[in-house]
Amino acid sequence: MSIMTSAEPAFKIKTGHLPLLQLHILTTEMTKLKKQLTERLSQTPDFFANTPVVLELTAIAGLGAGIDFRELVSFMLKRGMCAAGVIGGSDAQRAAAVKAGLGLFSDVPAVNARRRAEDQSFSVTGHYAPASAAEIELPPVVAETLAPQEGALPAQVLRPTMVIDKPVRTGQRIYAEGANLVVLAIVNAGAELIADGDIHVYAAMRGRAIAGARGNETARIFVHGLEAELLSIAGCFKVFEDGIPQNVRGLPAYIHLEGSRLVILPMLH
Amino acid sequence: MAKVIVVTSGKGGVGKTTTSASFSTGLAMRGNRTVVIDFDVGLRNLDLIMGCERRVVYDIINVINDEISLKQALIKDKNCDNLYILPASQTRDKDALNIEGVERILNELKETFDYIVCDSPAGIEFGAFMAMYFADEALIVTNPEVSSVRDSDRILGILAAKSKRAVEGREPVREHLLVTRYDPKRANAREMMSVADIQEILRIPLLGVIPESVSVLQASNSGMPVIHMEKSDVAEAYRDLVGRFIGDDLPIRFVDEEKLGFLKRLLGGR
Repeated sequence: MSIMTSAEPAFKIKTGHLPLLQLHILTTEMTKLKKQLTERLSQTPDFFANTPVVLELTAIAGLGAGIDFRELVSFMLKRGMCAAGVIGGSDAQRAAAVKAGLGLFSDVPAVNARRRAEDQSFSVTGHYAPASAAEIELPPVVAETLAPQEGALPAQVLRPTMVIDKPVRTGQRIYAEGANLVVLAIVNAGAELIADGDIHVYAAMRGRAIAGARGNETARIFVHGLEAELLSIAGCFKVFEDGIPQNVRGLPAYIHLEGSRLVILPMLH
Repeated sequence: MAKVIVVTSGKGGVGKTTTSASFSTGLAMRGNRTVVIDFDVGLRNLDLIMGCERRVVYDIINVINDEISLKQALIKDKNCDNLYILPASQTRDKDALNIEGVERILNELKETFDYIVCDSPAGIEFGAFMAMYFADEALIVTNPEVSSVRDSDRILGILAAKSKRAVEGREPVREHLLVTRYDPKRANAREMMSVADIQEILRIPLLGVIPESVSVLQASNSGMPVIHMEKSDVAEAYRDLVGRFIGDDLPIRFVDEEKLGFLKRLLGGR
């Protein structure tokens, strides 16, 4: 007893609200799933780096067929995705997941109602209006959807904004993980900005800007002088083989996603 | 306090070694005790430009490996009393360099010299990294063309992130831009980038502009730093560069097209 009381505590158990990616499984056909996953990941080979991923099984809960989780987990691990557990699914599927060593995420009633409200608000504010401070600030409801719950947006902004005040030069890559990224100096060709949230560049932007890197479709990009090589939001990207459109070239611009279309608008004052 | 200056560029063939030779010679001519180190292990060139290749017995790798003393490897310049050259090894490769060895050499040199000029190899690999790691100041040599500017940008990024000063969170390496092989006429015709174009991208202070000239090749082939050439605008530009570096207030020359004199114009001179 005395040993136990005098010893330093060896561990603590705490709850943590961490951003998690969900992989929505839409089929039980393993070959099809693997093929499409491989194709998708070949576009961004470094995207996953032992990233924990939750398998979302709601879409296949009604299907009788099971999934070979062991096989799927090792397949995912080879591609940098570390399956942490499952959410949704039929009892049989969940039991199979447990057998394969996966954790079970409880089916919390979805925050769908709240999400819908948020979607609506986005459809209003999402279109270009001069970016006021209020708009850039994240509404509190986003913060609440951070927990790995059913229907939550993947990897929402969580951490304080990352601010870079020196030139970002060719070959440099800056990643604002789970955060917005603000750059106050030039971003040169061959440099890469990545943020899970929004990206702001208050100077010439000549490199690549990848906002909503983990699939946040509401992420936006604001640049003071648009000369970018590549712009991307939630995986929808645009390159400028024939040059940047005249109306925004070298000018302040605002980039957001409408459906799966990347929209570039001039910032008019 | 001795200063370590790296002459670097990322891209090859832009004039790093030419600049290292003339810059260190210029510093020595102004009365500073100067040593210039060739970090291009395996592709030894500086000694050729300095015209001391026949006097190379030992090299930097021998010193790093503790086979000889530093004094034995230093070669006294044939023109300047204040200038010494530490040659690279021709037979080894960059992996023969190591951080402790280079630091030991630099610390020893700092006791004797005012300026230590490090001639970096091209690229961003280990040799270039070794040349820049201990730098206090950097001369970024850039040609007026996009690939050279892009590579200089990359080197600036590495200096800002990986140099010893950056790693230790001290005051950053002081960066100077040197544009070489500049032809104002072609820049005005938009055939090459202008100094303003380059500065717009790199955003570091301009220390000098060296005009394109045949005298650079002549000087190299005769084993004499071009700064010694009589009646050469390149030599003047390098002397200006050295002057500005040590604090002279000199305007940047050779950036505007040469105005044709009245007679020349009359006679249709070109």
